Amino acid sequence: MAGYSYSRPRKSVTLTVLLGFLVVYSILPLTWMLFGITKDQPDLLGSFGLWFGDSFSLFSNLREVFTYDGGIFTRWFVNTVIYVVVGAGGATLLATAGGYGLAKYRFRGRKAVFAVVLGAIAVPGTALAVPTFLMFSEIGLTNTMWAVILPSLVSPFGLYLMWVFAAEAVPTELLEAARVDGASELRTFFTISLRLLAPGVVTVLLFAIVATWNNYFLPLIMLNDPNLFPLTLGLYRWLADASGIGAAPVFHLVITGAFLTIVPIVVAFLVLQRYWQSGLSAGSVKQ
Amino acid sequence: MSAPPPVARPRPAGRLTARVSRAGIGFVTPFLIAFALVFVAPLVYSLYLSLFRTQLMGGTRFVGPANYAEVFQDPKFWDGALRVMLFLAVQVPVMLALALLAALAIDSGRLHGKRFFRVALFLPYAVPGVVAAMMWGFMYSDRVGLTGSLNDLAGFELLAPYTRGWILPSIGNIVTWEFVGYNMLILYSALKTVPTETYEAAAIDGAGQFGVVRHIKLPAVRGALVIATVFSIIGSFQLFNEPQILRELAPNLIATSYTPNIYAYTLSFRGNQVSYAATVAIVMGVITALIAYLVQLRGMRRED
Repeated sequence: MAGYSYSRPRKSVTLTVLLGFLVVYSILPLTWMLFGITKDQPDLLGSFGLWFGDSFSLFSNLREVFTYDGGIFTRWFVNTVIYVVVGAGGATLLATAGGYGLAKYRFRGRKAVFAVVLGAIAVPGTALAVPTFLMFSEIGLTNTMWAVILPSLVSPFGLYLMWVFAAEAVPTELLEAARVDGASELRTFFTISLRLLAPGVVTVLLFAIVATWNNYFLPLIMLNDPNLFPLTLGLYRWLADASGIGAAPVFHLVITGAFLTIVPIVVAFLVLQRYWQSGLSAGSVKQ
Repeated sequence: MSAPPPVARPRPAGRLTARVSRAGIGFVTPFLIAFALVFVAPLVYSLYLSLFRTQLMGGTRFVGPANYAEVFQDPKFWDGALRVMLFLAVQVPVMLALALLAALAIDSGRLHGKRFFRVALFLPYAVPGVVAAMMWGFMYSDRVGLTGSLNDLAGFELLAPYTRGWILPSIGNIVTWEFVGYNMLILYSALKTVPTETYEAAAIDGAGQFGVVRHIKLPAVRGALVIATVFSIIGSFQLFNEPQILRELAPNLIATSYTPNIYAYTLSFRGNQVSYAATVAIVMGVITALIAYLVQLRGMRRED
């Protein structure tokens, strides 16, 4: 059609409104939650979900979340941070070094490593969880922080992303030049390559952070001691308390706690969101 | 070690190659050690376990393939397995269709505030599955949630998420909510790789918007769509968090064998049948890998 321009298409109100419905769907539960955290237990049960209740209990809810059960919520928060820093940080380190090694070096067995890791992406993580638990319990690792950290150190998808990224971001000629200058491979990695890999590293780190922050199944089977729980598992514990027989009336704590759980990850996500896309495109272009 | 004999022709290139390839192995080794510990070892261990059976009397004994034979005749296993297959046959296409429409709409450049749409739709991915299941779980409930208000408004029982017929769609809705934006972004990223010249050429050839979508954009996202499908299939077969959380709110609707994963979990942690649980996990893993592989094979086949 004449006059149809690709660089500057006409904006469409209809399309905007249609997609607006999808956005409403996306933010509906979050909106419900924002009203929910301002309500006490009776209001939660008695007032309309998408508006304020009779009381405004946000501050007392927050206070109660941090003091309920001896202030264990703070403990869960700190645990989660530990799992994320050590687990996601370690996973990123291993995936970066591994992906770089696979992309930029020729050695025997390289293709085999790649095939195995690619196959591992398709292995359902939860199929491994039960055997991992049994193995860890034989060596006395269950109910320790290591039981959650060790399995989160391995991210086959992260390795794959780094491999794809390193292959393009680090010019082989640059490495050869460094070799001629007599630099060791490790030194080249830290002084030259890592800088070029930075955008890929941030992407892998973000995925790893979300995966560990949101981790639930693994801690559920590995941990008994509430003092070791991450936030997700702690919230589940409160939910179970609130809904069982002889339930404690703590729905308001579950909702406020859930809100506090998603705030850091949502903030991190919004601040760093441009990295997501570069990572996803790297992952989807190459097959 | 002594220096190489001076008579031999020096081969610095060869030595350099050897040094470099050793360094390459060095970079990969830490990952491989961790991989062997938390990936390969549990896999091998569960294969080993699946060949034994523990009984109250007589202890543990080798039973060969008997556990596998039992799984294939276990109605509880098939109940869960067929449920997740039904789930993925409906939920995955709905979710990916929504994701594709959103990606095409954002890529068309015809939206007001395209950045806002991209971020708002992707946001749920950052929300932990547990929290997502809790929020929807509350919203579904008559007392705490929105269902009651909506039904009052309609004047009759329009929605009843916590009933036998609706509980699976209710779970599907939660999963769709969590991952529609993630898949949208995968597809959108694939669309961004189409060079601008292609569109310009199409415009010169007189292609309309729908022609461009059909002949340029859809072929461009094909590979990404296959990947998204494979990941979604793997996710569906692992279904655990959402039904397990909803169990707390609607205990009578979701049995301990509702999905194969919940079944395996129950077997090993409530029933103490670890060998059988390992067998269920393996069978489910093989079925998942098989279906994911078939989809990939079909999806990647070049259509001429």
